[in-house]
Amino acid sequence: MSFDFLWQGMGVALLPQNLLIGLIGCFLGTIIGCLPAIGPINGIALLLPIAYTSGLPAESALILLAAVYYGAEYGGRISSILLNVPGDAGAVMTAVDGYPMARRGEAAKALAISGISSFYGGMIAVIAMTFLAVPLSWLAIKFGPAEYFVLMVFAFATLGSMVGHEPVKTLLGCVLGLMLTTIGLDATSGAYRFTFDQPELHDGIEFIILVIGLFSISEVLLMLESQVKGTLKPLAVTGSYPSWSEIRTIWWPSVRATVIGFVIGVLPGTGASVASAVSYTTEKRLSDKDGTFGKGDIRGLAAPEAANNAAATGAFVPMLTLGVPGSGTTAVMLGALMLYNIQPGPQLFVEQPKLVGGLIASMYIGNILLLIMNLPMVQVFARMLLMPNWILIPGITALSILGVYTAYSSVMSVLIMFGIGIIGYLLRKLGFDMAPIVLGFVLGKVMEVNFRNALALSGGEFGIFFSSTLSIILWIMAVAIVVVPIWLRRRQAARAAAA
Amino acid sequence: MRKTLLFATLALTGLAGSALAQPAKTECLAGAKPGGGFDLTCRLAGNALHAAKLIKDPMAVTYMEGGVGAVAYNHVIGTRPGDGGLVIAASSGSALLIAQGKFGKHDENAVRWVGALGTDFGIVAVAADSPIKTLKDLITAFGKDPGAFPVGGGGAVGSQDWMKMAMIAKEAKVDPKKMRYAALEGGGAVTTALQGGHIKIASGDASEMINLHQQGKLRILAIMSDRRLPGAFKDIPTTFEQGYTIDWPIWRGLYVGPKVSDADYKWWVDTLTKLTKTDEFVKEREARGLFAFDSLGADFDKRVKADVAKFRALAKEAGL
Repeated sequence: MSFDFLWQGMGVALLPQNLLIGLIGCFLGTIIGCLPAIGPINGIALLLPIAYTSGLPAESALILLAAVYYGAEYGGRISSILLNVPGDAGAVMTAVDGYPMARRGEAAKALAISGISSFYGGMIAVIAMTFLAVPLSWLAIKFGPAEYFVLMVFAFATLGSMVGHEPVKTLLGCVLGLMLTTIGLDATSGAYRFTFDQPELHDGIEFIILVIGLFSISEVLLMLESQVKGTLKPLAVTGSYPSWSEIRTIWWPSVRATVIGFVIGVLPGTGASVASAVSYTTEKRLSDKDGTFGKGDIRGLAAPEAANNAAATGAFVPMLTLGVPGSGTTAVMLGALMLYNIQPGPQLFVEQPKLVGGLIASMYIGNILLLIMNLPMVQVFARMLLMPNWILIPGITALSILGVYTAYSSVMSVLIMFGIGIIGYLLRKLGFDMAPIVLGFVLGKVMEVNFRNALALSGGEFGIFFSSTLSIILWIMAVAIVVVPIWLRRRQAARAAAA
Repeated sequence: MRKTLLFATLALTGLAGSALAQPAKTECLAGAKPGGGFDLTCRLAGNALHAAKLIKDPMAVTYMEGGVGAVAYNHVIGTRPGDGGLVIAASSGSALLIAQGKFGKHDENAVRWVGALGTDFGIVAVAADSPIKTLKDLITAFGKDPGAFPVGGGGAVGSQDWMKMAMIAKEAKVDPKKMRYAALEGGGAVTTALQGGHIKIASGDASEMINLHQQGKLRILAIMSDRRLPGAFKDIPTTFEQGYTIDWPIWRGLYVGPKVSDADYKWWVDTLTKLTKTDEFVKEREARGLFAFDSLGADFDKRVKADVAKFRALAKEAGL
């Protein structure tokens, strides 16, 4: 194929009007991402009618919406790191290593590192999309229910790395997440499970409500407790930026995470939250030799941030090439294309080179803009931590309530959030990690639905899980990720013994 | 009762003008995430009303997701039953859920049905390289060996996509519950699964499949309608033409709360009646892949109630 579309697109993306629109989109996206519960999908739904009625041409509208989307993946990290409250679904794993860094007084460094890895992820993914979009679209088609199930087996296999010093608690947390994910409409049979005749529970517990409850409400409760005990100390924010060697350290983790994130983003059934979870656990599996992950390791911070940006970009691939949205947010964008009477599909690259090229070219520019925006302004965001507790604690609570209520307009959702928050607080007091609960929740649903769909299609034959080359490759990867590290450790131990 | 409420509403909203005055503020509630069918319905109504200058200010679109409209349904009945400026998006899928008791304790009589804005139609499709060319081929082959035809639809067992296929299974003398049916996540997932060979039959809606049909990526065997559709669909035979009396319109419409005054209800019905005749509306409707489905006011109310009754019978027959 030729890359005419990219050159034509550069011309479109570099028009002053589109540059400005891209900048506005990146800025709005960062703010939307930063605010808990308000995700890119809400922002885009709000902006789409404004863009359409104000007569923006299709390519400008798309540039704006896309910039909000990947801008939000940048912004989500800010509240994860500073407040331990993920700003959006893809930023959950960012808190695991980002927040401990902030508590150590390295908030500015954590923000810079994650900004750079976001840039790595976004940029590499755009390059990958430029060259691989059309060839990769077959992947989305080849993935059926059986392949998705085996992919989830692989994801759970990487989860083994989370089994830290207290494997029982990790497992229990994971099971708790799996249990929570069964609440609501059973996507296969159409039955309602554990809904107690409450329509608010028909869709189950929303991921973002779970995350805000587990992370932000429980955090507020912990802060209150130490405030009462008089042990809560304000954090010192040092202005140190990452060194060159640190920036080099995160290069390979970011690249690995980008590959994982991009592929998961391309698959229509999985998104940024799965991508960041799998990339984090994979990176921990590969790199966590000294047990520093979860205590503020920059590699553990970089991996999920690169992955969620790559996933957001990857989600455009099936949307543009197949007309199948790779995520909820790209589904809204697909609606935008339809509004402009543009039919997505493989012919789009030929028929609408300015539109596709303009979008892709704008993503190169957007990622650079976001990096610039997110590095010098890091200090501004880091100042947020200096807020006194009498502002911070009510502030987080208000933001959580506001966010959940805005997104779901129901008091019940707010109550569920508080309920989960109290449970989260108790579990944290008992020494449980929140991450395994979240992972069980995210991965469990995809796994269950695809397991049952695959068996429905095969008429109950388990052979379907081994019937394609793709699934067999995934099985091998799943086994390898468990066995290889053990084997390496054995060999190392044997060598040490021999020496 | 209605009258006192009417006065109460007028007093509350401070509207003292003619009984057919436009509500001070109009709002369309979509009972799902942005980007779905309810959102589309609200935007169609809102954009066309504004473009045709039937409302002064643009209509606000709000979202309340949960239970495919169930949360919004209960919210309107419980919290905003008398808000005359509020319309809520609904579809034939809502009627199906009401019929299955999945909208909670309220039934189809709990709200006031205003009108339909357009419709899509159910279709059944196979892969482009499938040896099956007609609906009759499919029914014969499916009847012989249902196990060889895994089906995919964009909803769970009992959903519209499942029901469409259940009606075809019935023609093939196959127990719908014996179908190998995968509940995939929406129409896009269904068409990719069909192209990838993971399923052999796709159950879906006409507008989401037509492009792939024209590109030769899949073959629509029949449109579940009693009349031939225009435009891009003019060469695709209907179920009725192929000798099967299966029809499945997927209408998209609006309702208002149970305590909305007769005057406000009449304003909505009259305004939408005017709207459906404008060029602006036809353009907006066609851009969204919907066909004309003019059923408003009392006629629509009758239609919804008949649909719910039909779906109740169907669900019972299918053993749900």
